[in-house]
Amino acid sequence: MLEVQNLSMRFGGLLAVDQVSLDVQEREIVSIIGPNGAGKTTVFNCMSGFYTPTGGKILFEGSEVQGKPDYKISRLGMVRTFQHVRLFNQMTVVENLLVAQHRHLNTNLVAGLLKTPNYREREQKSLDRAAYWLERVGLMDLANREAGNLAYGQQRRLEIARCMVTEPKLLMLDEPAAGLNPAETKDLNQLIVSLKEDYCVSVVLIEHDMSLVMDISDRINVINQGRPLASGTPEEIRQNDDVIKAYLGEA
Amino acid sequence: MAAQNIKHALFCAVITLIISYPILGFNLEAQGINVTIVGANATTIMGVFLAALVVFVFQLFRDSIMGKLGNLSSLSSGTHKEPMAENKRVKIESWVLTGIVVLALFWPFFMSRGAVDLATLVLIYIMLALGLNVVVGLAGLLDLGYVAFYAVGAYTFALLSQYLGVSFWFALPIGALLAATFGLVLGFPVLRLRGDYLAIVTLGFGEIIRILLNNWTSLTGGPNGIGGIPDPTLFGMEFGRRVKGEGNTSFHETFNIAYSGEHKVIFLYLIALVLAVITALVIRRFMRMPVGRAWEALREDEIAARSLGLSRTAVKLSAFTIGAFFAGFAGTVFASKQGFISPESFVFLESAIILAIVVLGGMGSQIGVVLAAIAVTILPELAREFSEYRMLIFGAAMVLMMVWRPQGLMPMRRIHIELKKQE
Repeated sequence: MLEVQNLSMRFGGLLAVDQVSLDVQEREIVSIIGPNGAGKTTVFNCMSGFYTPTGGKILFEGSEVQGKPDYKISRLGMVRTFQHVRLFNQMTVVENLLVAQHRHLNTNLVAGLLKTPNYREREQKSLDRAAYWLERVGLMDLANREAGNLAYGQQRRLEIARCMVTEPKLLMLDEPAAGLNPAETKDLNQLIVSLKEDYCVSVVLIEHDMSLVMDISDRINVINQGRPLASGTPEEIRQNDDVIKAYLGEA
Repeated sequence: MAAQNIKHALFCAVITLIISYPILGFNLEAQGINVTIVGANATTIMGVFLAALVVFVFQLFRDSIMGKLGNLSSLSSGTHKEPMAENKRVKIESWVLTGIVVLALFWPFFMSRGAVDLATLVLIYIMLALGLNVVVGLAGLLDLGYVAFYAVGAYTFALLSQYLGVSFWFALPIGALLAATFGLVLGFPVLRLRGDYLAIVTLGFGEIIRILLNNWTSLTGGPNGIGGIPDPTLFGMEFGRRVKGEGNTSFHETFNIAYSGEHKVIFLYLIALVLAVITALVIRRFMRMPVGRAWEALREDEIAARSLGLSRTAVKLSAFTIGAFFAGFAGTVFASKQGFISPESFVFLESAIILAIVVLGGMGSQIGVVLAAIAVTILPELAREFSEYRMLIFGAAMVLMMVWRPQGLMPMRRIHIELKKQE
């Protein structure tokens, strides 16, 4: 459903991403790994529309999306999280989830002022969806807390829930396990697998936690210094000499 | 610790002397065509030194003084109380607000003309501040040229009445819509700007409108302003002693009561009150609607908001447009109240005062903004007897507010959303 072909991104003299290709099928978890500064997040930023790539194509469900504005890409069903959690800190947990459903709501000002039946119905639906996902990630009791006051692990889960209420087809997670303790990482592991199994969402994952990556990925792409290094199943990657070299250095 | 305190206190006392001695200690006196500097009398100089001494002592024992102040139960009684149950609080709040509005409806009939006039001005500022609250408090877009939209509203009515003889009730929606259009027009070039840059551009926009009004003499009369703006009518009834408009009747003759100048003042007050209440209610609804949440999301984190499918263009423009719309409302009422407007009424200071109201009241909080509008408009009137010092008192009050309650009089409270419990 997603196909990235020969993606390149140049910042002045720096070629941050060079000829990277990857593809994601329906209901598949694909990981992107690589040393720090390898260009993983830049690939994400190109895919989600934050950058306009300087070369290559990004096809989502058959149509080219590179260079489209970020909010339009998001409306197509490609939604991302961030390496550093970006919640709406002063808004409550529920409000965070409601904002995410903006495009599902009746945003007509007059309809809202008059509280037309259509407006109410959509508002109620989005509340129900928010409630469902809060229950799902275990934040129901904190629904009316300000998001900025949550513990870090809870903020991570809220960010994923906020993506899921938009009903995406493809979820892009940028280091979702960063800063989580082993128990929380394990929960996250199960959550991501369940997103794939139960909600038919494809996942692209950037992650440094190898246990998580090896556990849940269907396929892995390795990037080093902006260039694709290897791709394959976790088993293949584990035995790939280039990858071992890049990670451990020359023996 | 103590030595550091003494040093700090000494420093503060010297600063006090440096600031106050040249200002109060010397007077300029005109003798014929010459101006000479004369030292002030002994009491003033004594006063200056006494003030420095007070500052010194206060700074020396500041920690213990502030500690005691903080312990005063009357000041912080609210902070340790359990919050009330949510639905109970909302109920009480809406009853109290209804009560206040009803009180405000009947209040002018028992007050002096000056008081009602001042209250009308307060209501105009409330409308302006509520509108700016959308832009600054909710959407987080620092707008220093808000007064431009106020001017657009006022001048729309003035020009329409002068050239086309349009009445207040027709001009009111036109003025508001035109102001909203200007908001939209300003919104486009500043879409990409944030924070300081945005503030500077809006500041420039405010000045452009004022200077335009000042120099387009053939249309606006320039610095001479526009006079003879008609008063609003009540179903074709005028409030003047004699009927001016064709086909109109006069209020006091229709109801067979003695003419009184107060009728007009009270009527204007009631119009302003109704419009202010409408403004408050409409914006209150907006805050709970998707558009309100989108404004806040954009303020909190623009990148995250965009990644969730919110269009920056639509959200920012809607905030600017709606904010400007209500400024246009206020401007029309203002023009009608004054009967005469000139660019003098729309200087940058006005923008600053409206912004001060929003910040003092607590960004995003409607009740806070209303309270602050009342305080900021009435305080200088009350302090009139201090004549030239009243701006000083006003400034000092603001500094103290920001030190003790930086979040504003009444910080915004989040709306509690009840979710259906999943069984």
